[in-house]
Order: sequence, then C-alpha cells, then structure tokens
Amino acid sequence: MESRLSATAAPAGLTVVDYDDDIVRKFFLATVIWGVVGMLVGVIIALQLAWWPANLGLPWTTFGRLRPLHTNAVIFAFAGNICFTGIYHSMQRLLKTRMWSDKLSKIHFWGWQLIIVSAAITYPLGITQSREYAELIWPIDVAVTLIWVVFAINFFGTLAIRNVKHIYVAIWFYMSFVITIAVLHIVNNLAMPATFLRSYPIYSGMTDALVQWWYGHNAVGFFLTTPFLGLMYYYLPKAADRPIYSYRLSIIHFWGLIFLYIWAGPHHLLYSGLPDWAQTLGMVFSIMLLAPSWGGMLNGLLTLKGAWHKLRTDPILKFMVVGVTFYGMSTFEGPMMSIRSVNGLAHFTNWVVGHVHSGALGWNGMLTFAVLYWLLPRLWNREVAYPKMVTQHFWLATIGIVIYTVAMWAAGLMEGLQWRAVNDAGQLANPIFIDIVHRLEPFYWLRLLGGTLYFVGAVMMLINVFKTIRGPERVTADAPAAVPAN
Amino acid sequence: MTDNGMDHGSEKKYGQFHRRVFESNAALFAVAATVAILIGGIVEIVPMFTPAGTEHSEAITPYTPLEVAGLDIYVSEGCYLCHSQWVRPMRAEILRYGPWSRAWEYQYDRPFQLGSRRIGPDLHRLGNKYPDAWHYEHMRDPRSTTPGSVMPPYPWLLENRIDPADVRASVIALRKTGTPYTDEDVAGVEESLAEQGAEIVARLATAGIETTPDRSIVALIAYLQRLGVEGRAELEAQGVEY
Repeated sequence: MESRLSATAAPAGLTVVDYDDDIVRKFFLATVIWGVVGMLVGVIIALQLAWWPANLGLPWTTFGRLRPLHTNAVIFAFAGNICFTGIYHSMQRLLKTRMWSDKLSKIHFWGWQLIIVSAAITYPLGITQSREYAELIWPIDVAVTLIWVVFAINFFGTLAIRNVKHIYVAIWFYMSFVITIAVLHIVNNLAMPATFLRSYPIYSGMTDALVQWWYGHNAVGFFLTTPFLGLMYYYLPKAADRPIYSYRLSIIHFWGLIFLYIWAGPHHLLYSGLPDWAQTLGMVFSIMLLAPSWGGMLNGLLTLKGAWHKLRTDPILKFMVVGVTFYGMSTFEGPMMSIRSVNGLAHFTNWVVGHVHSGALGWNGMLTFAVLYWLLPRLWNREVAYPKMVTQHFWLATIGIVIYTVAMWAAGLMEGLQWRAVNDAGQLANPIFIDIVHRLEPFYWLRLLGGTLYFVGAVMMLINVFKTIRGPERVTADAPAAVPAN
Repeated sequence: MTDNGMDHGSEKKYGQFHRRVFESNAALFAVAATVAILIGGIVEIVPMFTPAGTEHSEAITPYTPLEVAGLDIYVSEGCYLCHSQWVRPMRAEILRYGPWSRAWEYQYDRPFQLGSRRIGPDLHRLGNKYPDAWHYEHMRDPRSTTPGSVMPPYPWLLENRIDPADVRASVIALRKTGTPYTDEDVAGVEESLAEQGAEIVARLATAGIETTPDRSIVALIAYLQRLGVEGRAELEAQGVEY
C-alpha cells in the first residue's frame, strides 16, 4: 500500500502515482495466448464441418464437445482477458490511482485463468450444462462467481480511492459490465446439484430457454459490447489523438444501450412456444437497439474527424476503424434478423454463425488487436519488433473476415430457402435433409479459408509480441503521471 | 486533447446535470445502472411463473430414469449444437418434421434442449420415427443409415455403461427442482432402468443386435424414442389440425 504513492521525481506539490502495470502485462499475455488457442479450436471445428473425419473418431474431439471449448475460449479467455487488460490499464490512468488492491488483482488474474483451464479440461470430457456460453458445471460456476466478486470489490474499491472526481465514459461502460455479468451469471446458473459434475436448472422448458437466452443475448451485450465500447472510448481517442466527438451522444447511447439491450433476449426464441407477448417484446426492443448501437459507432468513427489521413499510415487506427465499422454492420444486421419474418428464414442457419463472427472477428477481434498493438510498446517500453507485420496482420484479418462472413451469408440463405421450399404440388422441394447439407460443403471450405487467414494473423501477432518483449528496452520512458498530493 | 482523454467535443449545458449527479458519484451511478439493466429482465421473466407464462399439460409425463440417463448423454455429447428440438409453426417445417412444438411439451425439460442451429435435422418429432436398431446403427456409423451423413460416429456409446447410482442422484435432484417423481419412483430407479433397458435390448435382439440394458446407447435410444411422442398423441386426441 505504501508504494501506491511515492514522493520521488514529482514536481513540487504533486505526487507520482505508481500504476500497477504488472497485472496489465499479465492479462495482455493471457489475451494473446488464449486468443490463438481459441481461434485454433475454431479452425479445427470449421474443418470438421467441411470434412467429418476431422472429428478423429475420439470422444474428446467431436464437434459437439469442441464447439463449447471454442466459444468459451474466444469469449471468456480472449475477449475477457482483453477487457481486463484494458480496464486495469485505463482505469488506473483515468482515475489517477493504483488499483485498490494488488492482491485482489492477482487473485482475479490467476482465478480467471484457472477457470479457463478447467473449462478446457471439462468440455472435451463431455462435462457440460449445455447452456450456450454458460456450459460450465456448477462448481466452476461457483468459482466464477467468487472471482467476479473479487474483481468487483477491486473495481469499486479503485473508484472509491480515485484522485479524479469525474468518472469518464469508458468507466460507465466498464461498470455496466461488472454489474450486469454478475446478475446474468447468477440467475442463469441457479441449479440443483445431482452430483459434483452435474446439476439441473431450477427452471424448466420454455422458462429455462427464456432465462438462458436472456443470459445468452446479454453475454453478447455486456461481455462483448459494453466493455469493448469502454475500450473504444479510451483507446480510440488516444490512438487518434482527438477528443471524443460528442459527450452528449455518449450519455444518450450509454443509457439507451444498457436499458434496451436486456429486453432483446427473446429474439432467440421467435416462432417458439414462448408466449407471443414475450416474443414481440424481444423483437421490438431488438429493433430499437439499433439506435444506441449506432450512437456508439458514430461517436467512435466521428472521433476520427480531422484525423482520417492518419489511417493511411497507422495500422492501429486501421484495426480500430474496421472494428468499429463491423460493430455498426453487425448491430444493423442483428435488429434486422430479429424481425420475425426475417428470423423465420435466418434462424438455425449459417447466417447466424456469420452474424456472430462479423461481431466477434470484426468488432471484438479487431478492436482487441488495436488495443494490444497500442499497449505493446508502452507496457514493455520497447519498440515493436516487426512493425510491418502489424499491417500484414491487419490485411490478413480483414480479408479473412470478409471471406468468412460472405461464405456464411450465402450458406445461410441457401439452406434457409431450401429447407422451406415447397413445390407446386405442395410438397417439400428438398425432402432429403442431407442433400441440402452437401450443398453447403463449398461454403464450409471457404469459411475455413477465411478463418485460417484470421488465425494466421493472430499467430503473427503472438510472434511479434514475444519478439518485442525480448528486445532491448527503449532509452526514454514515458513521463509518469503526477497528481496533487492528498 | 488533454492527457487523460476526458475532453468532450460538444459539451453543453445538456451534460451538466449528468456530470454533476452521476459522473462524480460512483455509488449512485452503479445503482442507476443496476436499475436500468434489471427492468427488462424482470418484465419478461417474472410473468413466466404466472398463468401468463408457460402452459402445462397433464398429457406429458416426466422422463423415466433411463430417459433421464439418455438426456444426460445427449447433453454431454453436445447433440443440441447440431440438432434442434423445435419445430416451428411453418408449412415446410410441419411437412418435414410434424406438428409444431408446443410450450407444454417441454414442461419437464431440464435443461431445455431447443438448440439454436440445424447442422443436422430437427429431432423434436424423432420418437417412433425409426426402429431402435436404426438408432443403434446410426450411432455406430451414421453413414450406414444415412448415406453421406457428416455426423461423427459415436462407437463409445455402444461400450460405455450407465451407473444406476448416478441416475438415482439425477432423479432425486430433478425431484427437488419440481419434477413430480414419487417416493416409489426414486426407490424404483434401478428396477425401472433394468426393465425399460431390457425392453429395448429385446427389440434390438430382433434385429440381430446383442447388447445389455446398462449400455449408454440403450439409454440414449430410450430418450430419443420418446421425443415428441406424447405431445403428438395429445394433439391428435384434441383433434388439433396442423
């Protein structure tokens, strides 16, 4: 605690804040490593869909067991760790204080990584709850809850000891992340244990489905959207060296987004046995969600007003602009897919997979890469080892996403239309399901190509990161922050 | 731009209230955000526990112990990631699969298995569609029953055994969540497993397949063969057109 503020090297009347960057470096490396692992599993299961023998004939490597490993690794390990990286880094600077407790920071870090490892062990063994993005069994759910409480105490503790009165917009978004994920996780995982490895939810049937999709949709909203908007609000102005375009817009779209998002879950259950009123609420709120989503996108893009020329040379801004643009595209596509009649065509198809990946690869991935490349020289005080490779990574990733999403749109539309096609005699035009499956094969190979390009880009980043941190230290360090002594 | 990135481009009087009230008070901000994110969930989820929520039907019975064991295998293998159990009220779906799925048909499903993707076909009306032996062969080698299938084989289900004590624990836990099992149901788990398992083994034997009642495949067949059966019978009894 004494080391939090030191009186050395500060101008008269000011105190140097000693930020805890060690924890930021830890989360940074976890992001890079888990990102590569999660994407590798994605490439493997993409291959399995194109060529079934890639299931390898082993229980532990079938698609049904590996898909949760892929989704959990990229959501909670890759995206989760970058959120924590950005929060621990930017929060200390925005509030001009060290984190409240170094010990809690460390418990949070190691606890979270241990949870990821336990997921990586249990899923291939077929130990799962079958709730999408909440497949972890109850003992691990308890661990998640405890670690989240540790994070929340540290988060609010840091807010309590801040040296800046005003709370910047990035932190509003972080706060909604901390609070909402706790609520979603606990409510969705209420269950009766049968054995140490198995439990049954307290909800049944349609109610269980509604609770799960309330969780599932808001995991996207509050794990993959709000903390990332927080990252955007801190790192985009930093990278562009411009102020945020509109403070007003940030207020409106923040409150609009967090209030509206939570209603949208039932759009996953359109045309189901869920009561019509609930389905309609889900659809209507999903459409309204377009407004605050685009508020965030516009506030991000317009922040670049007057700085667009920097895009030509700065790969970090390139990643950010493509990321924010994909956020805009997938938050346009999402409300459209929530319209009942559109959903009737899109649901159950590869279109949904394409939609998810335009968000995950385009928005979360690209923004993550931007933040990582921005932090890399600053956290280790070293020059990036291969600067050209950053631009190459950008192009590989961008081309990969485009191939991926276009292939999935085409595949999704095709299967959706062929499933429903009825001939003049009133019979199914494609009565044999497997025939339609076979027509998807070329698109699955294309998707594998797109995903592989994206994965190769991430591996290049991993190489770049490890080469950089082994390189020589820069001579001049960034000036430490100083705040009035108090 | 200032060092800390807090310079807002268009700050006007509009934001002063927000700045004064919320942005300088973390606790108040957290409370307001919590209220904002709770409203939608409460409005949508709480009514599900009232008559405005899900429907109930006496026609649907709880899963037998063997079917519970089968559901556990279905969950464990991640079947729901490629197969939905959700026929939508659309002409082509009814033609392809059968009557669309009613809410009350799922009333004892814990966890629900509606699924979100159809890499393979929907399974909600699978029960009684094929003989038991078809499922046995399909799990051993999917291409033996569906030429060109892209499903991986599940030969270990033919070897693995279910543990009656484990199934009993499941039945007890399900009872605690509200599934109407009686004391006799709980006491008779082993007996029920053996009895229903023997029926399936006997049917498989007529197709020349030799196995034992405690194999995983037997439990999975028990589960798959009841999917949508009671619901379809009830709809037919009601004379509902679909």
